[in-house]
Amino acid sequence: MALEREFCKWSFCAKPAVETVETDLLLVGGGMACTGAAVEAAAYAKTLGLKVTLVDKAALDRSGAVAMGLSAINTYVGSENPVNDYVKYVRTDLMGIIREDLVHSLGCHVDISVHDFQDWGLPIWQKDAENHTVDGQVARDEGLPLLKDGGKCCRSGRWQCMINGESYKVIVAEAAKNALGMENIYERVFIVKLLTDKNNSNRVCGAVGFSVREHKTYVFKCKAMIVACGGVVNVFRPRSVGEGQGRAWYPVWNAGSTYAMPAEIGAKMVLMENRFVPARFKDGYGPVGAWFLFFKAQATNAYNEDYMAKNWEQVKAEYPGYADAPGTCLRNHAAMIEMRAGRGPIMMHTDKAMQALAQVLSKKELKHLEAEAWEDFLDMSISAACLWASFNMEPDKVPSEIIPSEPYLLGSHAGCAGLWVSGPSKNYLGAPDDWFWGYDRMTTVEGLFTAGDGVGASGHKFSSGSHAEGRMAAKGAIAFILDHKDDKLEAAQDIDEVIAEIYLPFEIYEKYKDYTTAPEINPNYLLPNQVQTRLQKLMDEYVAGIATMYMTNQIMLEEGLKRLTFLKEDATRLAASDLHMLMRAWEQYHRILAGEAHLRHILFREESRYPGYYYRSDHLAIDDSKWKVFTISQYDMKTNEWKFETKPYVQLVK
Amino acid sequence: MPSFVITEKCDGCKALDKTACQYICPNDLMVLEPEKKKAYNQEPEQCWECYNCVKICPVQAMEVRHYADIMPLGSSTIPMRSSNDITWTIKFRNQKTIKRFKFPVRTTPEGSIDAFKGKTLPTADDLKKPGFFTAPARTE
Repeated sequence: MALEREFCKWSFCAKPAVETVETDLLLVGGGMACTGAAVEAAAYAKTLGLKVTLVDKAALDRSGAVAMGLSAINTYVGSENPVNDYVKYVRTDLMGIIREDLVHSLGCHVDISVHDFQDWGLPIWQKDAENHTVDGQVARDEGLPLLKDGGKCCRSGRWQCMINGESYKVIVAEAAKNALGMENIYERVFIVKLLTDKNNSNRVCGAVGFSVREHKTYVFKCKAMIVACGGVVNVFRPRSVGEGQGRAWYPVWNAGSTYAMPAEIGAKMVLMENRFVPARFKDGYGPVGAWFLFFKAQATNAYNEDYMAKNWEQVKAEYPGYADAPGTCLRNHAAMIEMRAGRGPIMMHTDKAMQALAQVLSKKELKHLEAEAWEDFLDMSISAACLWASFNMEPDKVPSEIIPSEPYLLGSHAGCAGLWVSGPSKNYLGAPDDWFWGYDRMTTVEGLFTAGDGVGASGHKFSSGSHAEGRMAAKGAIAFILDHKDDKLEAAQDIDEVIAEIYLPFEIYEKYKDYTTAPEINPNYLLPNQVQTRLQKLMDEYVAGIATMYMTNQIMLEEGLKRLTFLKEDATRLAASDLHMLMRAWEQYHRILAGEAHLRHILFREESRYPGYYYRSDHLAIDDSKWKVFTISQYDMKTNEWKFETKPYVQLVK
Repeated sequence: MPSFVITEKCDGCKALDKTACQYICPNDLMVLEPEKKKAYNQEPEQCWECYNCVKICPVQAMEVRHYADIMPLGSSTIPMRSSNDITWTIKFRNQKTIKRFKFPVRTTPEGSIDAFKGKTLPTADDLKKPGFFTAPARTE
């Protein structure tokens, strides 16, 4: 490496105060998964006399992917659906390679969380005795039975139900806060490094982070940990060019910490080549699910041709066996055929759908329908509603453009990147022996658990499934703690050195800032936003971003890796002038590692498993003879090397 | 921008123990300027337009001027959130079309949620069995 390594010797930056917190179970993250984990763990902690601590880099009421709210719960199996059908749906959508033990067990638990949400006060739309749709408050006022007592929710699709979800996260957070007690919750503390045990390098024993409000470090020591802080956003250059890059589809603050921190201590990752490219209302990222499923709107190319009907025979021929039911990535693929041929834009015909509904609905119902259409955006993607207003567009009068977005990495939505974790029990549904190693949702690092976006090879959990999976992981983690009561843990890392490394961007900034007249331009360091733009550009151009219409090949990936390697080295010269920027610096570092995993996985899998998400132009087909496997990687931070292996996919649900 | 603070209205939450917008912003964007005691958005290109600052501001000093690289000027989308519902007033750029919607946000009183109420607390024996402390899992 050409750059001389810098060390923080506290010559230019003051040493922070250090608070050490001893706990049994540490929850890193504050979204749906960790608030689920908090409630379940708190219940056990009460009877077992354990301590549970949660750390969130934001405020629990409005952190995570549900911070803005949601207009639907996308996973509610319901008594009318067999769990096996849920597994088959997830398998089809994720192109045949999922861990069915994980998906099935989640399907058996997810409805409990939904029923609890309704108990706690989440308004869930229901069907009344005349089968009319009523909102969640009217359902309560009219005394309709709760879902757990046989009440019927309002389905928008087979697995989805509509909600008045503006305060969804506030409600779920309140349950977690009241169960755990605010004295056990640390807000505005950003965890950036995990600690391992001196006598067992494959055992987690703590985490270090810093307050983004005061000059203070937190060292948490624990027996087990759940890391669940979302997926990765803004690792690719977004379609927006200015302020609009904040309007990412997934939360802009998801920085890949869920993958990067466990990877650094050797946790194995799975299917990190997978990504999600949401086709959404252009620029505002309004959800399309309700428009397709609930309002029955049609999407077409520029010339009013239904691209699904037009292209589906071709898709079936290109990907035999995978296009019998239209999965999310293949629906994208069908639209991309039109876009590549220059027949965009893709239009969502909201106008026609609403005009068709107007024919059959009463005036009152129609007014309600208009409110439903706007609420769908206002509950979860407010900018999309604002976009209609700013362009003077009324959805019942004019169609709206939809477009596939920049890629996102995640494991809870229509994607399955994440960590390789233990299943719920030995040979669950006949699962192979090596899918279970003692504790539900434990990663390959002992004592380290994950949920939601963290668990790979098992998407389509969404908000409710992430909450439920957090609870499952909490049970696994508490079982682990009870079985390891007498372990004497001591951090292998020198805590002072870890703290010095965390604050290095301060030291670098203070040391060099006066060398130039403008602090943004300095040959000795890079600022976090500069690292972010370089990462986004190289991922976009070489790793199948929007610049190449999601296309890459081996040579491009190798060039991308070369550039990423330089960037990773340069990231040791990240500089920060305040705590906010220090948070950004570590977020970028986490993004780089997550991006590297994604790039290397795409390079490893020599086929195009997820057409419509990305294509390997040198291996355009799906090759089941070689690649119907889990691709598993492991990073060695000491040697900076990656190891790859595969494990066969095994079908458990026929 | 995108979320912005109206100078005249912002009082820096001086009557509260913390600055509301700074407390709630999921992306740590809002800062209280120490001399003028007014809040501002320090990183507008990282704003998700989640409106949490707008909803929480006790003096309605916050609004959103939408992403400059995308949206024409002139429209407004204003929420008023109470403890059990939210009212949205949406004015189009043409200043003529106005939409108003009201939606429930929760069916229980704020602060009242007790996940343990009426439930039997679990024991170590329950850990390796399916289900949560609030209900059993489906078995199939």
